[in-house]
Amino acid sequence: MKRPLLMTGGILAAVGSGFFLMNALPSCKPKTTQAMVTGNAAEKVYVKPGSYDEFYDFVSGGFSGQMSVYGLPSGRLLRRIPVFSQDPETGYGYSEETKPMLMTSHGFIPWDDAHHPEMSMTDGSHDGKWVFINGNNTPRVALIDLTTFRTKSIIEIPNSAGNHSSPFSTPNTEYVVAGTRFSIPMGTDAERDVPIDSYKANFKGTVSFIHPEKETGKMSIAFQIKTPGIDFDLAHSGKGPSEGWMFFSCYNTEKAHSLLEVNASQNDKDFIMAVNWKKAEQYAKEGRGKKVAGKYYSNWWNGSTHSAENTTYNEVLQLDPVELGDLIYFMPCPKSPHGCDVDPSGRYIVGSGKLAALLPVFSFEKIQAAIAAKDYEGEYDGIPVLKYESVLHGEVKKPGLGPLHTEFDGNGNAYTSMFVSSEIVKWNLESLEVLDRIPTYYSIGHLSIPGGDSRTPYGKYVIAYNKITKDRYLPTGPELTQSAQLYSIEGDKMELLLDFPTTGEPHYAQATPAEPIRERSVKFFRLEDNMHPFAAKGEKETKVERRGKEVHVWMTTIRSHFTPDNIEGVKMGDDVYFHVTNLEQDWDVPHGFAVIGAGTAELLIMPGETQTLKWTPDRIGVQTFYCTDFCSALHQEMQGYIRVSPAGSNVTLKASTSSVDAS
Amino acid sequence: MRPISRIMIAISALALLVLLFVPIWRIDLTAPQYPEGMTMQIHADHFSGDVEKINGLNHYIGMAHIENDMFPEFTYLPKVIVALSVLGLVASLWGKRILLVLGLITLTLFGLWALYDMYTWGYHYGHDLDPHAAIKIEGMAYQPPLIGHKQLLNFNAWSAPDIGGWVLFGVMGLLAGVYFLEWRELRRKRSKT
Repeated sequence: MKRPLLMTGGILAAVGSGFFLMNALPSCKPKTTQAMVTGNAAEKVYVKPGSYDEFYDFVSGGFSGQMSVYGLPSGRLLRRIPVFSQDPETGYGYSEETKPMLMTSHGFIPWDDAHHPEMSMTDGSHDGKWVFINGNNTPRVALIDLTTFRTKSIIEIPNSAGNHSSPFSTPNTEYVVAGTRFSIPMGTDAERDVPIDSYKANFKGTVSFIHPEKETGKMSIAFQIKTPGIDFDLAHSGKGPSEGWMFFSCYNTEKAHSLLEVNASQNDKDFIMAVNWKKAEQYAKEGRGKKVAGKYYSNWWNGSTHSAENTTYNEVLQLDPVELGDLIYFMPCPKSPHGCDVDPSGRYIVGSGKLAALLPVFSFEKIQAAIAAKDYEGEYDGIPVLKYESVLHGEVKKPGLGPLHTEFDGNGNAYTSMFVSSEIVKWNLESLEVLDRIPTYYSIGHLSIPGGDSRTPYGKYVIAYNKITKDRYLPTGPELTQSAQLYSIEGDKMELLLDFPTTGEPHYAQATPAEPIRERSVKFFRLEDNMHPFAAKGEKETKVERRGKEVHVWMTTIRSHFTPDNIEGVKMGDDVYFHVTNLEQDWDVPHGFAVIGAGTAELLIMPGETQTLKWTPDRIGVQTFYCTDFCSALHQEMQGYIRVSPAGSNVTLKASTSSVDAS
Repeated sequence: MRPISRIMIAISALALLVLLFVPIWRIDLTAPQYPEGMTMQIHADHFSGDVEKINGLNHYIGMAHIENDMFPEFTYLPKVIVALSVLGLVASLWGKRILLVLGLITLTLFGLWALYDMYTWGYHYGHDLDPHAAIKIEGMAYQPPLIGHKQLLNFNAWSAPDIGGWVLFGVMGLLAGVYFLEWRELRRKRSKT
């Protein structure tokens, strides 16, 4: 009995002295974020009421299929733009005009996993005209017009599966790229129906170059480069001296098809693929590619008809780099590289091997010299592999654990996100020395600096987009908000300023100066420019018309009534198309349209716009509709009735809004 | 009249023609929900600015829908301006002092008439309200200010001359100045004799 007592006493004593030590030596406690925030952080992020933020931050909405727009430095959410997702708030993806935006060769696909926003560029700098984002799941790229903050076009990528390595832009947005995350068997049905374990023999990858038309934003695939059966992760374009080249990070050079977390992590080095796209462009022009099968959609929003248009393609121009010889080169890069980032001068390419204990920095000059001297260490499926040592500028030693992505401040420094050690590491591009490090909360994925991937970074802030949230905000059950942090990088030391919650999983983001975008923002659509075939540009043009089983209603809204607001003569079995034109011509006067039992959504119609809601009545009786957007003091009165009669009834079709005198 | 006076009169007469091409009067409106404001400009022959927006808002309180056709002034005002200008040119060429006096009086009468006309229109616009208006406030009228500021429900209204109005005032001032100098010259001549 004595011994247990003694032991208990000993444990108590140990615990007691432990407590004593912890209290006596508070510096042994792990640092909290409270300790990380310095005195005037609040001042640096405070944007006083009625003032504007300095930067827009376009943040991927991840698996929400949207893109969110924040103001920086306040971290205020300004808007969520539906891209690959249906949006009941606006009717995007529900209205007859917007449904075609989500069409693919797989049919109507109202969801995607949106990862990487990318600004359009002029001379290698953000021009504030468009922002692109990729759909990872059903391979797509979307273009968002920043005059309206609306999805302007969406293109599907054929012969791709998982469009992750996308949509990185060339310096004048000649192209945005789309590298497949999965290699797959391609070709005829028989060529595609192969055993999965025949991967090495039958699976191939592609990287596609999408051309967005300068004026219209219509997208088409200019050419596609066939690659060995590896997986593409990320990419970035060369600029300045390296303009004309595109760099893609690759993993699974092991060509594993199962348990990739182990089987694709065996090789000491995978690749960064350097693509001479100017040459590819030239070969495509010279007709040295060949048309191969590949079904895809290109969807485009026609701003004058307020409607989306589909174009379908059945083949795509493919270039074979083995046959053409000097299109692509592999550079060995340690351990499944993820980020592949080009510095503002265009001289250095940083590869982030997510399992590597170092960061290799490649030199474009050396790459060119090695190519010229045919300084190869071998070939991989017929593609030359450059010698690692020959193309290396140097390595950043022990930068941190799990390097993922790098952005630049324009002052010769690079900032790399470390997923595993949950920190941002600042290092110098020339000396390759680590200068500073700061924790993130928690497990940072991407990071962004305004203009930090372009020729002209605005080295004021770096933003961390994290994978884990845990205790950062008030809890909301098991599903938590996503977490981002804003840091000042103006001084030698990085400084934590602000936490702000984000929606969906934020992957990449593009922060960019607000001014050029703000100036061009559209306030409303001009009614006289509205070329919608069912537009009613005044109350006199409203009408109702039967076309077989379809009843079309030309309807208008203006504060605060619908014309018509009494409709009769609709029968069971009819489909009713409400074509609603908002006659307002003033800033911020949208009207909503909602009808009882609609299996879709509402419409939110901007001034001067026409949108159509299809409604299939499911019961006989007088049904109701109303305006959902509080439009004026008499908004609640903005309502109407539609009478639905039995299938065989002879109620005449009519529509009206009574005038004041008649009442 | 002295040549300098005749030149000034000619310049004034030609300056009057500017009124045909620029807004003469303006009304500016702001409200809590209209930080960007709205402006209505009155030209010799039409309205410009945010007239449709103003009409859209004013229908709630039963004010008339402003349209160019409502104003016969818009058909004859340009003619009156041209006539005044011609009168000025005739005065300049002929050089009779009496014509200057006549022109000055005509111009002043014209200005007064224009203000009176605007006032009566504003009175009717603000008082003769549609009895079916959605918003009716006992005893409230919405007559815009003739000149200066006035609060109308949630709106602050400012009424002031626009470029044309200032040109008109300038011309009147210039002619008055010419007349004063001519009168002084005349007195001096008379005292010498």
